[in-house]
Amino acid sequence: MIIPISYYLVLSGVLFGLGVVAFIFKRNVIAVFMSIELMLNAVNLAFVAFARAHSQLDGLVFVFFVIVVAAAEAAVGLAIVIMMAQNRESLNVERVDQLKF
Amino acid sequence: MIVPAIVFFACALLAVTGAILLILSREPIHSALSLILVMIALAILYLLLGAEFISAIQIIVYAGAVMVLFVFVIMLLNAGVEERTDFSKLAKFVGLPLGFFLLLVVARWLYTSRAGSVIGHGAEAVTQGFSTRALSAELFQQYLFNFEATSILILIAILGALVLARKNP
Repeated sequence: MIIPISYYLVLSGVLFGLGVVAFIFKRNVIAVFMSIELMLNAVNLAFVAFARAHSQLDGLVFVFFVIVVAAAEAAVGLAIVIMMAQNRESLNVERVDQLKF
Repeated sequence: MIVPAIVFFACALLAVTGAILLILSREPIHSALSLILVMIALAILYLLLGAEFISAIQIIVYAGAVMVLFVFVIMLLNAGVEERTDFSKLAKFVGLPLGFFLLLVVARWLYTSRAGSVIGHGAEAVTQGFSTRALSAELFQQYLFNFEATSILILIAILGALVLARKNP
């Protein structure tokens, strides 16, 4: 039997929702970054499922670009995390409130 | 013929379990390991969808490079148990139920929408996977400009990371 594409989309939606929950509830800045990666992965799954459904390669090319952007974002983001750990001596996002009104 | 269904549901369960463990674990290193579990489950799902190249770069780039960077930073900073802070009452009693409601509505829409059902039926006609040859032809002909633009993006990201990580004079 062939799995319907809607199953993949539901799984993608559930993973994206869990990523949003993790993004909001985690207090460690590295864990917040990992939840962003989880959301990007969920979107990639939806892209591949749609590419499969329409038998077109454009979805896979988009997944390729999303992975490239995620890698660049992880490099810059982790550099910012290291700076933050050096300056604040804490990884808690609640402690970084200098720009908070 | 029942094997793809078993693989799909096993990988879906693995991915959702990994995502829930990412939320529940308080040590960042445990979160990182459960995220690697999610990525490997997704790579198997890409294989099931016939996208071998995407599955390979999911393992190599995501589970290999990006997550090694994460684990390296976690160990470098000696990140310990995450502190818990109190949430506001509004977030706890209004935000959480509304968030779950949104999740349910989106899942129901995806499941019952006309697009989903039509695509679901259309997919049964497709049996062969995507060939990497066709994907690379697409990438280096139609999307050549975008491909070159991402190389500039990577270069800028490297420069940004270098500038940020430089010792302050």
